[in-house]
Amino acid sequence: MAKARGNVFFDNDRCKGCELCTTVCPVDIITIDRNTINKKGYHPAHVTQPEKCIACGNCALVCPDLVITIERVA
Amino acid sequence: MSVVFEKTKGLTEKEFHYCPGCTHGIIHRLVAEVLEEMDLLGDAIGVAPVGCAVLAYDYFNCDMHEAAHGRAPAVATGVKRALPEKTVFAYQGDGDLASIGTAEIVHAAHRGENITVIFVNNAIYGMTGGQMAPTTMIGQRTTTSPFGRNAEQTGAPIRIAEMLATIEGASFIERTSVHNPVHIRKAKKAIRTAFECQQNRKGFSMVEVLSTCPTNWGMSPLASLGWVAENMIPYYPLGNFRNPDKEA
Ligand SMILES: Cc1ncc(C[n+]2csc(CCOP(=O)(O)OP(=O)(O)O)c2C)c(N)n1
Ligand code: SF4
Ligand code: SF4
Ligand code: SF4
Ligand SMILES: [Mg+2]
Repeated sequence: MAKARGNVFFDNDRCKGCELCTTVCPVDIITIDRNTINKKGYHPAHVTQPEKCIACGNCALVCPDLVITIERVA
Repeated sequence: MSVVFEKTKGLTEKEFHYCPGCTHGIIHRLVAEVLEEMDLLGDAIGVAPVGCAVLAYDYFNCDMHEAAHGRAPAVATGVKRALPEKTVFAYQGDGDLASIGTAEIVHAAHRGENITVIFVNNAIYGMTGGQMAPTTMIGQRTTTSPFGRNAEQTGAPIRIAEMLATIEGASFIERTSVHNPVHIRKAKKAIRTAFECQQNRKGFSMVEVLSTCPTNWGMSPLASLGWVAENMIPYYPLGNFRNPDKEA
């Protein structure tokens, strides 16, 4: 079976930079973006290599602030 | 292309006021997802507590009522008895439910009220600045136990799920946690079963959810998840304590 491919979107201004999503990604592509400050004043989480996302859902499951939306591409 | 995850219609567009990484947000979402999936948003009436979740009425996309501190099960009882066809739930913290509101929760269970209670146990009074709760762990430092909770002085932490499970009127009692994806999925399943219990008129249901308070625990959100796993779960075992479908 081919691996699922996902598109993951972060609604940056909702993010509080809590880091909970950064340790649950099986392909390890989520980090805190220290070069950005969002409207709330936090460094938001972002995805470094979006093409690697496998749409597992873990990041959205642990995010307390409804920042993340995930689509399965294939 | 299919959507794997998007924000549930069970929550309004309002952004949570909770501190970064506070798991109240996860628990709100699970309750809202279950209500949406069971098609109950038009029928549900929630009762918000006093505690950090006091503004829950702004977040849940269903009818909501506010209750005085600890009195959510009494308010929910009144709502349910007046409108028995509605799905009624209370959302309460541990200061609210296990301290000032102990009588209300015990007697709601005792009467077998057909309501569902979501009990958010973060072992502290979050809203008021981190005072000791009856659920605070031995040795845990809070503003009112600055040297760590001492059992000789203040007793040992109270296990609400186990206590309520001794009551005949309690139909479904389960303790869950939201410290990782596996447990978040299990917590959602328990919340769903509790609402199904109410729909099937089986009586009182409660899901205890072990939760974090990074701000008043004085830890990062990630360290707080670890603290739940290492310190809370060994004392507050996860699992089902009462289930109407499993009785002989
Ligand atoms: C009658 C009354 N007594 C005391 C208070 C102060 N008070 C507000 S919230 C709270 C405790 C909240 O703790 P908890 O229920 O655990 O909720 P959390 O904030 O931790 O989610 C207290 C003692 C109050 N509002 N009303
Ligand atoms: S959906 Fe899974 S693979 Fe994709 S970014 Fe989130 S955690 Fe990583
Ligand atoms: S879990 Fe949510 S709020 Fe926390 S850093 Fe990740 S996206 Fe931001
Ligand atoms: S004080 Fe604690 S319980 Fe309240 S929102 Fe902040 S982290 Fe959550
Ligand atoms: Mg509390």
